[in-house]
Amino acid sequence: MNIIYGIFIGPFVAMASDPANFATVLIGGLLSGVLYSLVALGFVLIYKASGVFNFAQGTMVLFAALNFAGCIDSGAGIWGALLITIVVMIVLAFAVERLVLRPLVNQEQIILFMATIGITYFLRGIGQIIWGGDVRPLDVGLPGHPIFLGEVLIQSLDLLAALVAGSLVAALAIFFQKTRVGRALRAVADDHQAALSVGIPLRSIWVIVWIAAGLVALVAGIMWGSTLGSVQFSIEQVALRALPVLILGGFTSIPGAIVGGLIVGSTEKIAEFYWRPVTGGAIEDWFAYMLALIFLLFRPQGLFGERIIERV
Amino acid sequence: MPSEKRIGEPILKADHISLSFGGVKALTDISLEIREHEILAIIGPNGAGKTSMLNVINGFYHPQSGTITFQGETRRRMRPHQAAEQGIARTFQNVALFRGMSTLDNIMTGRLLRMKRNFLWQTLYYGPALKEELEHREYAEEIIDFLEIQAIRKTPVGQLPYGLQKRVELGRALAMEPKLLLLDEPMAGMNVEEKEDMCRFVLDVNDEFGTTIALIEHDMGVVMDISDRVAVLDYGRKIADGAPDLVRADQTVIDAYLGVAHKE
Repeated sequence: MNIIYGIFIGPFVAMASDPANFATVLIGGLLSGVLYSLVALGFVLIYKASGVFNFAQGTMVLFAALNFAGCIDSGAGIWGALLITIVVMIVLAFAVERLVLRPLVNQEQIILFMATIGITYFLRGIGQIIWGGDVRPLDVGLPGHPIFLGEVLIQSLDLLAALVAGSLVAALAIFFQKTRVGRALRAVADDHQAALSVGIPLRSIWVIVWIAAGLVALVAGIMWGSTLGSVQFSIEQVALRALPVLILGGFTSIPGAIVGGLIVGSTEKIAEFYWRPVTGGAIEDWFAYMLALIFLLFRPQGLFGERIIERV
Repeated sequence: MPSEKRIGEPILKADHISLSFGGVKALTDISLEIREHEILAIIGPNGAGKTSMLNVINGFYHPQSGTITFQGETRRRMRPHQAAEQGIARTFQNVALFRGMSTLDNIMTGRLLRMKRNFLWQTLYYGPALKEELEHREYAEEIIDFLEIQAIRKTPVGQLPYGLQKRVELGRALAMEPKLLLLDEPMAGMNVEEKEDMCRFVLDVNDEFGTTIALIEHDMGVVMDISDRVAVLDYGRKIADGAPDLVRADQTVIDAYLGVAHKE
């Protein structure tokens, strides 16, 4: 009986009896969810433009953060480091297009996917060669004190991270949804040859998308690193958190990535806080994946994904 | 009312094109002209190099030797999107559409090159950009009317039957307002009725818009009916080129298609 009460009744009673606390948990969750949205957006962009799941997205986050922290340690200053890392990510985008994507035009998607695994190991290795394998402290001077809104407590770092990530997400969403690049992207993802034949410059599109994904990775890396207080190799795992976001939102949908990130962020914090007595904690680590599993059963294309069309 | 054909000067000249993949020779020393406003049929047995020839013309393949001159501009290497910018559109042997998009969106992709407003304007989706989008949309609707596919305007093309997919693909090519239209087996896999429709569209495009058309086709009845000129390829070489009737009577062509007759 206790278990049933703990699962189905207790948590809701607790939520209702202390709304301010619930709001604190919810807002904390939503703010961290914005970061998931950002990482998920990196996946979505590349998936839309090449129909391929970019295995390297998490490592790009790590690589960008490593570069950024390393440049600061070498005395480049925060803005200097930011500038250098942006240039590095742009160079990376051109290199990926020239060395990996261009020779693989019109290949099966699984082959492109394998290539992104190769990029993962390359980036991890090159990051280690240049910056070493040590944990690097990262402090870009973001405020760490909490803010009180009435009785609701908000971490100012979370709020700032959410604002930065949110504005980047909004800018990219507008760019790719509203311009003709959006239609060209969908065309490229569907059929390379056909896209070329109507005059879409495939290579430029790929470069644009990889630059965007690189910048997303950079911002995600800095924000995530600041939250953790250091840059370490485990930062890659933020990409794993983005997977359930993608399944919820749909791999091809920019709004889906945004909404999915918010859902995952808020529900996992709420679950962690209110259901901890039943499970003994650590729900946060697996809750999102369970949510994704349920979605896969009932709505495999995600909330906003394209309908899966199969002629039979 | 079939107006008097105004076949003009060559719009495209292929000069001594040779193309090979590793040791396999796909095209050997082919010279071919496509004249303005004509319908040229490229025929030949399977593996003769017809599709390779189209791929060279629109920049998918780079020939090892030879040049392509389009509207007086000679080139050795060209990228497919540059060919599109110059006004060469094409369709593919195995329909290459954007399967997840609707018919209208597919046709609108053909307008991408014609949209000149920059990204910022489009982001705002306001003023000139909105006006431009509407103009292009209007053009796309005209093509939809022309090809009689109003009913499937919003249908994702992946759901359409094959014959209609081919028609949408033609629509996308037409949306580019091409000077030269390359059709790779536009009637393959169609039933008689669909073939008749497609023939009508090809003739109408040629007649109404004056578009120059080069097409690959296996159905000899169709080829003889609609083309002004026929070029025959066999084993990567051009073995005949001329008016349909002359080509049909040509002994080398008959040999290529039927094999050399045993003389008893």
